[in-house]
Amino acid sequence: MSLSESLVRLRYRVLPDHVLGELLTKKWVDSAIPFAALVLVIAIFAPIVPRFFQFGTISLLSGEMAELGLVVLGLTIVMISGGIDLSVGSTFALAVTTALYTMNVMGLSLGGGLAATLGVGAVCGAINGFMVGILRMRAFLTTLVTLIIFRSVFDIVFPQISTDIVMNYPESAAWDFLGMGHVLGLPTPFWVLAAIALILHIVLSRGRYGWRLLAVGGARRSAHNAGINVRWTVFSAYVICSVLVALGGFHFAARIGSAASDIGAGMELQALTATVLGGISLGGGRGSVAKALMGALFVLILSTSLLALAIPGPVNALILGLVLVTAVFLDVRWVKNRHKLLRAVYISPTFNKLPPAISTTEGPLVPNDRLRASEPIGLGIMDGAEDAIFDREGNLYTGSRHGDIMRWFGPDYTRYEIFAHTGGAPQGMAFDAEGNLAVCVGGMGLYQVSPQGEVTLLTAETNRSWTSIADDSVMKLADDCDILPDGRIIFSEATVRFEMHDWYADALESRGNGRLIVYDPKTKTTRTVLSNLIFPNGVCTSYDGESVLFAESWACRINRYYYAGPKKGRLERVIEGLPGYPDNINRASDGTYWLALMGSRTPALDLSLEMPSFRRRMARRVSQDAWLMPNLNTGCVLKFNEKGEILESFWDLGGTRHPMITSMREHRGTLYLCGIFNNRMGALKLPGADQDWCGVDSYWGKPT
Amino acid sequence: MSLREPAQAGRHRRFRLTQEGVVSLIALTLFLAFALFLNNFMSQGNLLTLLKNVAILGTLAVGMGMIVVGRGIDLTMVAVMVVGVAFAIWLSSQGFGFGEAVLIGACLVAFCGLITGILIAIAEVPPIFATLAMASIVYGGGRVAFSSDVLYAPAGIGWLVAIGSGTFLGVPYSILILAGIAALVALFLSLTRFGRFIYATGDNPHAARTMGLPTRPVQISQYVLAALIAYAAGILMTGLVSGINTRLYNSTLIYDVLLVVVLGGISLSGGQGGVRNVLVGTVLVGILINGMTIMNFSYTSQNLIKSVILLAALALDAVINPRDEQTSQSGDI
Repeated sequence: MSLSESLVRLRYRVLPDHVLGELLTKKWVDSAIPFAALVLVIAIFAPIVPRFFQFGTISLLSGEMAELGLVVLGLTIVMISGGIDLSVGSTFALAVTTALYTMNVMGLSLGGGLAATLGVGAVCGAINGFMVGILRMRAFLTTLVTLIIFRSVFDIVFPQISTDIVMNYPESAAWDFLGMGHVLGLPTPFWVLAAIALILHIVLSRGRYGWRLLAVGGARRSAHNAGINVRWTVFSAYVICSVLVALGGFHFAARIGSAASDIGAGMELQALTATVLGGISLGGGRGSVAKALMGALFVLILSTSLLALAIPGPVNALILGLVLVTAVFLDVRWVKNRHKLLRAVYISPTFNKLPPAISTTEGPLVPNDRLRASEPIGLGIMDGAEDAIFDREGNLYTGSRHGDIMRWFGPDYTRYEIFAHTGGAPQGMAFDAEGNLAVCVGGMGLYQVSPQGEVTLLTAETNRSWTSIADDSVMKLADDCDILPDGRIIFSEATVRFEMHDWYADALESRGNGRLIVYDPKTKTTRTVLSNLIFPNGVCTSYDGESVLFAESWACRINRYYYAGPKKGRLERVIEGLPGYPDNINRASDGTYWLALMGSRTPALDLSLEMPSFRRRMARRVSQDAWLMPNLNTGCVLKFNEKGEILESFWDLGGTRHPMITSMREHRGTLYLCGIFNNRMGALKLPGADQDWCGVDSYWGKPT
Repeated sequence: MSLREPAQAGRHRRFRLTQEGVVSLIALTLFLAFALFLNNFMSQGNLLTLLKNVAILGTLAVGMGMIVVGRGIDLTMVAVMVVGVAFAIWLSSQGFGFGEAVLIGACLVAFCGLITGILIAIAEVPPIFATLAMASIVYGGGRVAFSSDVLYAPAGIGWLVAIGSGTFLGVPYSILILAGIAALVALFLSLTRFGRFIYATGDNPHAARTMGLPTRPVQISQYVLAALIAYAAGILMTGLVSGINTRLYNSTLIYDVLLVVVLGGISLSGGQGGVRNVLVGTVLVGILINGMTIMNFSYTSQNLIKSVILLAALALDAVINPRDEQTSQSGDI
C-alpha cells in the first residue's frame, strides 16, 4: 500500500464529511443564521454601549423582552400559518388602554383586568381571523387596514380616558407584583413569557394543533385536501396571536402604569423584523419558538442599544428597515437554495478499495449460458420481484413494485392472486415455523403476513445510535430477512442515508451506511447488532445453528455473523473479492448456498472507489444518468459451501433470459430466479438436485 | 350546451354590474347627496379644493394602479414623494436653480425606485416587504438629511405658481396634469408592448417568465416609473401648498392611495383593471373625504371611516375574486 493511498484512507477515516450533509437536513440548522446574527449584534454593541452586561440592564431588558417576546410569539404563530398580522401594534395599544382603564379607573381585580384585556385582544384577533381565515382575504393588506382601524379607535378613545387613568391608581398587590416584582432576580413577566414559550414550543413541535398549523402554512392546498379545516385553523392563529399581544400589553401596563398616545406605533415593523430575522419564513410552514425568541432578543438589543447611544428615532427606523430587508433577502434565498446546497454536499463518497476479483477466466466462475435454458414465469405480469419464496403446498410468493405480494399457484405458475398489499416495496421474505411470512418492505420496515393474508407491522424502528447525527432509528431500506431457529428475525437494512430509489447514490458513497438488525417477536424488541456495513443485502441462516451469512453488496464480500455458540457476536469473512455485487443468499438442497450476483464489477468503477474526491466531483457536476454506476446488466447465480468455496456458476452472458438477478430460490428440483428490474421470473430445472426438497422443511423440519 | 353557453354568458354580462360601475354609481349618489344636503359643497371654492386634492391622490393612485396591475404593491410612494421633493427644495436652497434641483431630485427618486425594483425583481423579496422596509429606509435617510419637517419652495418660480393656481379654460392646471399623466399611463398600458408585458406579468409571473418575457426588467422599470409618478405628485403638491411637509409620511395617505386603487376595481391578484378604474376610485374617495371634511369629522374618525370602507372593498374583492385553495400559492400573503 503506497503512502498516498494510506493518507487518503486516513483522511476518509478521520474526517467524516457525510456529517455536513446530515447536519443540513436537521431542522435546527435554520437557526444558525439568526444565532450568528444575535452573536454579531452582541459583539458589536457590548463594547460600545455603557453598562451592557450589568445585571440591572439585563434585568430591565428581560422585562421588555417579556412584552416584545409575547408579541413576536403571536406574530410567529400567524406567520407559521402562512399569514401575517400587522395590526399587532394597534392591538397592543388597545390592550394597554383596556388594562389601565379596568385596573386604574374601574378598579377591577387582577383577574378581571386580565380577562378584559385578553378579551379585547381576542376580539381584535377574531376580526382579523374572520377576514383572513374565513373570507380568505389577503393577510397583509387586511391587517394593514385593521392596523389603522384599531389605531383610530385608540386615538378616539384614549384622549377621553387618559386623565382618568393618570388620576387613579389601583390598590392591588398582585398588579404591583406583576409590574415591579422580581422572581430570582428577573422580572415576573419574564417568567410568564418563559412559561408561555415552553407551552407554545411543545404545542408547535409535538401537539396536533401545531402540526396542523405548520401543515396549513407549509402547503395550504395539501392541508385542505388532507381534510384539515384550513379556514378555522387560520382563524384561530389570529385569535391566539392577538391574545398573546394583549398579554404583552397587560405586562406593559403593569410595568409602566401609564400610556402615551404613540404606544405600540411601529411595533409591527419591530416584531416583523424579529420574526423574519429569526428565520420564520414569510409564507409559512417554517418556524419555531426558539427562533422567534432569538429574533426578538436581537431586535430588542439593537433598539435599546441605539437608544442608549442616543441615536435619533428616524435613524433607528432606518437601521431596522435595513435589517428587515437583509433578513427577508437572506430568508428568501435560503429557502430557495437550501435543497441545492444539500444536494451538493449530501453525497460524500469514501475510500473503498476492493480486493482483486476472483478469476472469471478459469475455475468455477467462467461465464456460460446455462441460464438460457430457464423458462419464464409471469412474463409481462411481474414487475420488480426482488425475492420469491415457496410454501409447503408449492405456492410461489413474490413482491411487486406496486407494493403487492402476489401468490402464484403451482405447478405451472400461470395463475395468480394478490395475496396481500403492503404499500411499500416488498423485498426479502422468509417463512416462520407457524407459516407466517416475514417480509422486509423497503421504505417501511419489517412486516408479517399471516397465512390468511393479513399484514401486520413487526417493527419500523430500532435503537438510535448515540454518535449518528441523522436520526437512524427509522428504517429506510429493510432489504432481506431470515429467521433464526429460536424464532428471532434477523434482517439487513441496506442504507440509513438514502431512500430506496437512490440506491446508486449509496453505491457511489460505498460507505458503511447499512446494518444488521434483530427483531425478537417474544419481547417485541428491535436491536441493531452490526452497523457500518457496506450495503448489507442478502441474509441466510447457516445450517450450523449458530451463525448467519450475509452479503455486503458494494464491498463484494460474504460475511458470517455468530448469533450463538462459542464465537457469539463475532464476524468472519467467508468470501472476499467477488467479481460482482452479491445480493440474496438462500439455501440449496445439497447443504450448500445459492448466491445471486446482481451485476459485475467494472475496472473503471473499481478504480474510482479508490478516488473519493473524483466521485464527489462526479456527483456534483454530472447529471445522475451519467454517473459511473455498478453494472447491473449482467450477473449470475453461484453456489458456495460453508467454507466459502465457490462450486459452480450459472450465467446468461448473451442477456436473453435473466441477465440481472437479485435472488433465487430452489424448490423441488427447480431453481427459480428473480430480478428487481425484470418483468418475469425464471425457472431452471436442476436434474441432479433433490426433487422433493422444500426450503421451509429445511428450516422447520418436515410436517408430521 | 356548448352552443348555449356563450349566449347565456353574453346575456349575463349585460346585466352584471362591474365593481367599476357600482363605484361610479355610489360616487354619483354621494355627489348628489352632498350637493343637496351639504351647504357649502357646491360652492366654487369647495369644488376647486376637491379637484386639487383629487389631483394629488389621483396621480399617486395612477402610479400605484400600474404597480398593482403587475401584481405588486408600492408602499414607498409617499416616502419617495416627500423625501424626493424635500431633497429638491433643499438643493435649491444650496444654490442650485430650482429647475436643476427638480431634475436631480428626479434622479434620486428614480434611483430609489431602481433599488426597490431590484430588491423585488432580482432579490425576489416579496414586494410588500421590500417596499415597507424601503419606505422606512428612505424616510429615515431623509429625516437624517433635513433638519426641519416642512420645507418651503423658493418664491417666484413661475411654473410652480401656475401649477398651484393657474387655470386653463377654467380647469385648474393640477387637474390637467393629472389628466395628462393618467392618459399617458393608460396609453402606455394598453397600446405599448411593454404595457402588455405588465399585464402578462401580473396575470401569471411564472408563465410570463417561462414564455420568455423580460419580467425582471419589466418589474424594475415599473417601480422606477411609479417612483417618478410619485415625485410628480410631490411637485404638484408643492405647487398647490407652496411647500412639502415630510411628516406626511406618517399619515395614512398611502392607504388612501391603496383605497382608491382597490375601490376602483383593480384586483390585488394583478393582471386586471386599468387607469379608468383608478380615476373612478379617485373621484369616489375625493368626494368622500371632501364631504367628511365639510361635515366636520375629525381626522381620526375620517381615518376610521375610510379604513372601514377599504376593508369592505377588500372583502368585496375577496368575494368577487376568491382565493382558490387548489391554485393559490402558499406564500401568497
